[in-house]
Amino acid sequence: MRTRVFLLVMIAAAAVVFFAARMVSNDYVFFAGYTVLQFVVLATAWNILGGYTGYVNFGSAAFFALGAYATVFLHKLYPLPIPLLILIGGAVSGIVGLGMGYLTLRLRGAFFAIATLALAVVLQTLVVNWDYVGGSRGAYIIRPNEIALIGPYVQYLFLLMLALAVISLTVARGIERSQLGYGFATIRDDELAAEASGVPTLRLKLIATTLSGALMGMAGAPFPYYIGYLQPSSAFGLEYAVNSIAMPMIGGTTNWVGPLIGAILLGSLQQIATVTISSAVNLLIVGLLLVAFVIIAPNGIVGLVQNWMRGRTK
Amino acid sequence: MPGALLEVTGLSKRFGGFVALDGIDLTVAEGERVGLIGPNGSGKSTLVNCICGTLVNESGSVRFNGETVDGLLTHERTRRGMARSFQLPRPFTTLTVADNLRVPLLYTVNARPGHALSPTELDARCAELLQLVALADKARHLPRDLTQVEMRKLELARAMAAEPKLLIADEAMAGLSQSEVDDIVGLLIRLNEHGITIILIEHIMRAVMKFSQRLIVLVSGKKIADGMPDAVIRDPAVERAYIGQ
Amino acid sequence: MDISFDLLINAVIAGILLGGFYTAVTLGVSISFGILDIVNIAHPAFIILGSYIAYIVNTRLGIDPIAISIIMLPVFYLLGAGVYQVYYESFERRGQEALRGLSFFFGLLFVTEVMLILVFGVDYRYVEAPYIGPSWRLGVMDFPLRMVVPCIAALALFAALQLYLSYTFIGRAITAVAQDQLALRLMGASPVRIKRIAFGISIATASVAGALLIIIQPVEPSVGREYIGRVFAICVLGGLGSLPGTVIGAMLLGVIESFTATFYGPSWAPAVAFGVLLLTLAFRPAGLLGR
Repeated sequence: MRTRVFLLVMIAAAAVVFFAARMVSNDYVFFAGYTVLQFVVLATAWNILGGYTGYVNFGSAAFFALGAYATVFLHKLYPLPIPLLILIGGAVSGIVGLGMGYLTLRLRGAFFAIATLALAVVLQTLVVNWDYVGGSRGAYIIRPNEIALIGPYVQYLFLLMLALAVISLTVARGIERSQLGYGFATIRDDELAAEASGVPTLRLKLIATTLSGALMGMAGAPFPYYIGYLQPSSAFGLEYAVNSIAMPMIGGTTNWVGPLIGAILLGSLQQIATVTISSAVNLLIVGLLLVAFVIIAPNGIVGLVQNWMRGRTK
Repeated sequence: MPGALLEVTGLSKRFGGFVALDGIDLTVAEGERVGLIGPNGSGKSTLVNCICGTLVNESGSVRFNGETVDGLLTHERTRRGMARSFQLPRPFTTLTVADNLRVPLLYTVNARPGHALSPTELDARCAELLQLVALADKARHLPRDLTQVEMRKLELARAMAAEPKLLIADEAMAGLSQSEVDDIVGLLIRLNEHGITIILIEHIMRAVMKFSQRLIVLVSGKKIADGMPDAVIRDPAVERAYIGQ
Repeated sequence: MDISFDLLINAVIAGILLGGFYTAVTLGVSISFGILDIVNIAHPAFIILGSYIAYIVNTRLGIDPIAISIIMLPVFYLLGAGVYQVYYESFERRGQEALRGLSFFFGLLFVTEVMLILVFGVDYRYVEAPYIGPSWRLGVMDFPLRMVVPCIAALALFAALQLYLSYTFIGRAITAVAQDQLALRLMGASPVRIKRIAFGISIATASVAGALLIIIQPVEPSVGREYIGRVFAICVLGGLGSLPGTVIGAMLLGVIESFTATFYGPSWAPAVAFGVLLLTLAFRPAGLLGR
């Protein structure tokens, strides 16, 4: 299936999802759905770097929060339409990803991973000390109740996140099937041999980091409107780092379907757990599943399905 | 020096206090078949790594095809025409055997200015290379399904896929049977007849003697002999190095 | 800025004492990351575990926290050996350390923190000991005992480890395992067993570091995460694999942090270690004492 066709299929599927959600008379569907879709974008973005090239990013929260705080910053200057904010958030996070990649990607993957952790903490400290965006007290964003053509504002946000999910999935799949995808895979499999075969590994890693960071920033840009009151502890929350890693690792890192499955499964599971048990237990479950899958099923759910199918054809 | 494809001058490489290479000078003329031998740990692979840019040497210089390549990254040197196979095969484990060959075709051959291969030409070239090393029936397999010997052939094929001017084969024949060794030597000689300069690093003396027009001997990071194979073999210093092992 | 001498000298003293403590925290990672090349970012989780164990026993039985941590050394050692075995079987053997090994440790770090939150809640916990509270006074210089005792204990731990690694067979095998596994095998030692012992020792140091931590400051589950940056910053700064380098790196970071807290305010402190780490990685990845 060519990428153009895939994109059309995705858009059609997204339209179905949106109109089905509208048929449910409870707006909660949109609130919960927004969170799940956000995770689809984050997981897919993480996987472009982590799954495809093998470089682990522990600081997904940093890129996500950059997008969110770019929105807060601009909101104080002049309220802009959210799609524009998404582009700006993506640009800011992309540039930071590029810069950080340039500093650390020439070193081993382990150092890059630790540097991403460092980035998250440094950025959080900067934001906490920056009063213009609210500092540790947080920032309020008043969102309108309704929007023309669609109705309740949360549906508009849901639609935007749906669009971002479609974009990120299409980008991921497009990469997989392109020359870039081969290059990423060789970096993951054996970086030295990749260089010796003519693959410009640093340049490709920078592309992956920038793309991944940009997508995460785009996911973060509408967040202040969704949540209404943005605090550094929620924007930089640990659940973003863990889920961005757990969802692709549990779903499967080798192709675009894995993060989607992981995000939908874990995202829904967490919505249910948070409401019924507690948010701490829900995070515990995610962490335990991550450890279990990494040990027992390293190729995730997609890997398990592939093994099962290969077993059946024997 | 005119006609020299590769010129290495005063190359030295240290790991902490350990001197792996000590002021190596060597030249390889275009079209030559050079053999490089030496006991284990003499620095052969380190030399290859420094020439190709995988390791950075502390001092000395490498000129390739009239251009100083010091400071260039490995992939840039590969694109300029240097290719090497690794002593311990390093295949791309999640790609099929055919796709392993596709990578240097996409990233080296197609990256050079001039005619880029179309997808059909790429597929044809992959098939051709696989035929050359007798791996055509394993095209769709993953490297983990290959035997050690087949992996070495894949390693060599991948280096060949980059259409190099200079091919450095690092112990490509370890573990092969007599006839397989002869096959590979024949293949390399044929490649050389098509214009590819080849440096063969090997322990299998039969192959080295059959293949080399010139023989270089490395011992403990120093070059101790460089000349016609028959003369080098009889050199007392060389005999001492091997017997004293 | 009119910097008073008192403030300056006490910032330096606090920095050095802190640096001593940071040595204890980092020694374990110096072994696991510097020597064994295992990126155990969950090390702070084990430290916090040590802190909470010290807290429980100290509150119930009144035993000195450092004594508790020494009693717990074998337990932590076995825990470390067990974790390494899982790590080796699941990742190192299959060559998967880069992505999956890291995720494994991250998962451990995360799970430990969340379990501690569930069991103990997010309130700060602290221990009681006779040296927590009083200070030595020497002119204008102030030496809080709750920092002096951990500093001394940490340096003693460093000395013990350095002697062990330099003069015992297993200690030297551990130093060698990073460089020459073949030579080790020829000597009859199994590299896997040596690494398991080394990793066990690395986690055992966390027991002591945890007790020292809760002596210096009250502890709550998320405190561990602040230390990831510190620990790796010190390792990289001091040069990987060098235990004496760890001490120097720790002192340096301690003083930098102390100055930042004194003159710019404590809310900047978390960024210092990570900032130092980023700068070092960017400009001198081999560290100060590295090759």
